[in-house]
Amino acid sequence: MTEIFGVPTQALFGQLLIGLINGSFYALLSLGLAVIFGLLNIINFTHGAQYMMGAFVAWFLLNKAGMGYWWALVIAPIAVGIFGVIIERTMLKQLYKLDHLYGLLLTFGLALIVQGLFRNEYGSSGLPYSIPSQLTGGQRLGFMFLPNYRAWVIVFSLVVCLSTWFVIEKTKLGSYLRAATENPELVRAFGINVPRMITLTYGFGVGLAALAGVMAAPIYSVNPLMGADLIIVVFAVVVIGGMGSIMGSIVTGFGLGVIEGLTKVFYPEASNTVIFIIMAIVLMFRPAGLFGTQR
Amino acid sequence: MFRKLGIAAAVAMAVGTAHAQISDGVIKIGVLNDQSSLYADISGQGAAVAARMAVEDFGAAKKGMKVEVIQADHQNKPEVGSAIARQWYDVDKVDVIVDVPTSSVALAINQVTREKNKAFLVSGAATSDLTGKACSPNTIHWTYDTWMLAHGTGSAIVKTGGKTWFFLTADYAFGHALERDTEEVVVKNGGKVLGKVRHPLNAQDFSSFLLQAQSSKAQIIGLANAGGDTINSIKQASEFGLVEGGQGLAGMLVFISDIHALGLKTAQGLIFTETFYWDRNDASRAFAKRFAPQYKGNMPTMVQAGVYSAVLHYLKAVEALKSDDGPKVIAKMKQMPTDDPLFGKGRVRQDGRKIHDAYLVEVKRPSESKYPWDYYKIRATIPAEEAFRPEKEGGCPLVK
Amino acid sequence: MAAVLPAQRKAEIGQQRIALAVMLAFFVLGPLAMYPVFLMKVMCFALFACAFNLLIGFVGLLSFGHAMFLGTAGYVCAYAAKVWGFTPELAILAGTAAACVLGIVTGLLAIRRQGIYFAMITLALAQMIYFFYLQAPFTGGEDGIQAVPRGNLFGLVDLSNVWTMYATVLVVFLGGFLLIYRTIHSPFGQVLKAIRENEARATSLGYDVDRYKLAAYVISATLSGLAGATNALVFQLAALNNVHWGMSGEVVLMTLVGGLGTIFGPVVGALVVLAMENYLATLGFWVTIAQGAIFVVCVLAFRRGIIGELARLIKKPL
Repeated sequence: MTEIFGVPTQALFGQLLIGLINGSFYALLSLGLAVIFGLLNIINFTHGAQYMMGAFVAWFLLNKAGMGYWWALVIAPIAVGIFGVIIERTMLKQLYKLDHLYGLLLTFGLALIVQGLFRNEYGSSGLPYSIPSQLTGGQRLGFMFLPNYRAWVIVFSLVVCLSTWFVIEKTKLGSYLRAATENPELVRAFGINVPRMITLTYGFGVGLAALAGVMAAPIYSVNPLMGADLIIVVFAVVVIGGMGSIMGSIVTGFGLGVIEGLTKVFYPEASNTVIFIIMAIVLMFRPAGLFGTQR
Repeated sequence: MFRKLGIAAAVAMAVGTAHAQISDGVIKIGVLNDQSSLYADISGQGAAVAARMAVEDFGAAKKGMKVEVIQADHQNKPEVGSAIARQWYDVDKVDVIVDVPTSSVALAINQVTREKNKAFLVSGAATSDLTGKACSPNTIHWTYDTWMLAHGTGSAIVKTGGKTWFFLTADYAFGHALERDTEEVVVKNGGKVLGKVRHPLNAQDFSSFLLQAQSSKAQIIGLANAGGDTINSIKQASEFGLVEGGQGLAGMLVFISDIHALGLKTAQGLIFTETFYWDRNDASRAFAKRFAPQYKGNMPTMVQAGVYSAVLHYLKAVEALKSDDGPKVIAKMKQMPTDDPLFGKGRVRQDGRKIHDAYLVEVKRPSESKYPWDYYKIRATIPAEEAFRPEKEGGCPLVK
Repeated sequence: MAAVLPAQRKAEIGQQRIALAVMLAFFVLGPLAMYPVFLMKVMCFALFACAFNLLIGFVGLLSFGHAMFLGTAGYVCAYAAKVWGFTPELAILAGTAAACVLGIVTGLLAIRRQGIYFAMITLALAQMIYFFYLQAPFTGGEDGIQAVPRGNLFGLVDLSNVWTMYATVLVVFLGGFLLIYRTIHSPFGQVLKAIRENEARATSLGYDVDRYKLAAYVISATLSGLAGATNALVFQLAALNNVHWGMSGEVVLMTLVGGLGTIFGPVVGALVVLAMENYLATLGFWVTIAQGAIFVVCVLAFRRGIIGELARLIKKPL
C-alpha cells in the first residue's frame, strides 16, 4: 500500500472526503453570514442559535406532526426564516443608523435568550433524530465506507451554495440586492422597496442557517448548545474568506473543512485550533481576507 | 430595573445576616449544581427534587427536626460556586452542600468546606482526586468517580472477551485520566491497546477519528470522553457502521439521560458502568415512580439517586449524633454502615469514598425495550469492594 | 457612539471627584452590609470592565476576546504562587506581565482591522487561547489550578485573612482605576478619542494611528490581566471558565449596562451583573436568559447605560 507521511493513501482519500462534508456545513453557515453582512452590515451572532432552531424544528415536525426529514428540509428554513424576519422588523431595523457593533451585541443577546429557553425546555443532553430511511446505509468505496447520508449532505449543500451564488451574482434580483448595499437611495429611486428586500434577505440568510441545522440533525447531537461554539469557528472562516464575495465564503468553507480534516489525521490535537491559526496567518499577509476587499 | 436588582441582591444579603441568629436548630442543606448548562440534565433540578424526597422519607417533620433544602446554580463557574458556598456557610448558615458536578467547582468547594469546617457530599463530580490527593475530613464522594467507571467497564469487557482496544480520547486532563485508568486495567487483564486518537473537546465531527478507529480493527472502541462528545461519537459510529462491522463501543462516562437523548436505535449495544438503574429492583422502581412526575417525567440519573442516598445517610448521622457539626457528622457517617433503597448496603471509607455495588450495563435493542425508559440489560454486578479504587492507592493523607 | 467627553472643565472634574468619593466610600464601607468575598469579586471585575471600556469607549474597538487576558493572568498568577512559590505581589506581577505580552502579540494581529472584523478576530484568537489552556497540562484541564495559597504580601502581611485581602484588592482596584482615569485625560487619551471620532483625520494630522491603537490595546490587556491575577488570588483558583468566550461576553454586558465610554459605568455594570449572577443563581435556570434579555434591552432602548443616563440627567460626564 502506498503511503503519504505514514498514512495510507486510501485512508487519506477517505479523510479528504470527510473534510469536504464538514466543509459543507461551514460553507452553508458562512454563506448565510456573508449574505446578511453584505446587505445589512450586521454580524449575525444569532446564526448559531438559528442553526440549532432548524434542527429542533425538524425534531418537532417528526415527533409532533409526524412529518419526516424531507418536509423538514422545506418547512424548517421557512419557519426559522419567519422568526428571522420578525426579529429584523422589530429589532434590527432600529439599529441600521447606529454603529454596526450594536447589531452584533443585539444578536449576541438574542442568541443567549434563544439557547437559554431551549435548554430550559429540552435539557442539555439533546434529542434523538434518525437518518431518513431513504438515506440509511452506505457505499463501500474501496478506500472507505461512505454513508449515503453524508454523500447527500455534500451534494445538496453544493447545490444550495451554488444556486445562492448564481441568484446573487448573475440574476437581476441579485443585481438589485447588490446595488441596494452600495446605494440604497438610488435603488429606491428605481421604485424598489429596499426595506422589504433587506428584510427578506435577512430571512433568507437565517433560513440557510436553519437548513444547515436540519442537515446536521441526523448526524450531530440535536441539542440547544449545538450552534454555540460552532458559530465562532464560522466567524473565523468568514474572516479568512473575507466578506467581499459570496463565492469566497463558499470556497473557504469547503477548503477549510478539508484542511481541518487533514489535521485530524496528521496532528489531531490541533484540529480545533488549525482554523484559528490559519486565520492569524491570513491576517498577517492579507488583512482583508483571501477574497475580501478592504473597506 | 437593573439598579433594583442590585439593591434587591444587597437587601437579600443583609436579610441573610439578620436571620442568621435564629438559623440554629435548622439543618440547612444546600444543593449546588449546574442548572443551566452542560450538566443540568444529570444533576440540576432533579438533584434538588431527590434531596427533598430524602428529607421527606427520613421523616424529619415527624422526628421534630427542622430541615430546609435550598438550591443554587453554579453555572459551571468555580468562582460563582465558591462565592455561593462561602456565603451559604457564613451568612445563610448552610450546614452541608450536596451534589456539585464539574470537577473544577467541586474541588474549589472541597477547599472552601474544609476552610469553613462544614460538610460536603459530592454526587455529580467525577474526579477521583476528591478521595485521592485532595481528600478531606469534611468531604464524602458518594456516587461514582472516574477510576471506578474506567476500571469497571475496562475489566468487565476484557473478561468477556473484548481483548483489543482503540481509544477515542477527549484531549484534556479528564479524558487523559479516563484513558490512563482504563488502559491500565485492560492491559492488566491481558487485553491489548492497538491505538488511540486524541480529539479536541466539543469536536462536532468524529467521522475522521472513527475511520481511524475502524481501520485499527480493534474489537472495542473505548470512548474516553463525556457529554456531547460521547453522544456525537456514538451517533456517528452507528452512521459509519462500526457496530454493524462487529466493533463494540464502550462508554467511560455515560448517563441514562445520554441514552435517552440518543435513542435506542443509535445507542443499542453500548456498554458502560452505572451505580444506579431505576429499573433494577422494586425499591428503585418505587423511587423512580415518585421521582419522575416531579421532574418532567424523567427517570433519575445515578447522580440524582446519589443525592437522595447521601442526604438520607447524612440525616441519619445527624439524628444519631444530635449535632450538625460538619466534621463530626462526616466522621459519624463513616462509622455508620449505609443502607438505603437505592444503593443497598455499603459503607463510607476513611478517605471519604462511599462504596456500593456497580453495574455493567448494555443498552437494549429497540425490539427488547418494552416500555418508556426500559433501556438497560445488567450484564454484571461489580461488588462494592472491587468496584472502587483501593484506599491505599489513592494517596489520601487521611488513610494511615 | 457614546457620550462624548468635551475638553476638561473644572466643574466636570469636580463632579467626577464626587463620584470617585462615592465609589470609594461604597467599597470601603460596603463590607459592613455586603459579603466581602462578593465585593472583592466585584472590584476585580470592575477593573476588568474598566480596562475593556478603555478600548471600546475611548478607541471605539469592540474586543470580543478579552477573557483571554483575564484567564491568562489568572493561570500564570495561580501557577506562580502555587508551584513556584512566588509571593502574592510577584505572582500578580507575573500574571499581569503575561497578559501584557499576550496583548502585544494578539494586538499586532487584531488592530489591522476595525469594527466588526476586529470583534470577530479577537473572538477567534481568544478561542484559540482557550483550546490551548484546555489541552496544556499545567492548567489542569477541567480541574483548573486549585488551592492556590494567598501567601504573605511582601513576605509580611498574611493574606489568608479576609480583611488584609480586601484591603489589597481595594488598593489594586483603585490603582488600576486611577491609571485608566489618568490615561483618558492625558494627551494620549485625547488622541485616542480623536481616532475614535475620525480615524482618517487623525492620520492626516500626522498621528501614527496604529501605534496609538496598539498602545491602548496593550494597556487594556495588561489591566485586564491585573484584574484576572488578583481574582485568582481572591478565589485561590484559576479555571477554564475565565478564558471561555462566555466571559468575554459578560464583560461586554457589564460595560454596556453601566454605560459605554463613561468612567464609572463599568464599575456599576460589574456590580449589577455579578449581583444578578449571584442572586438569580439561587432562583435557578434564568441567569443566561436574563443576561441575554438585558443585552437586548440595553441595545434597543438603553444604549447609554446606567451611568450614561445619569450623566445625561445631570448634564455632566461621569
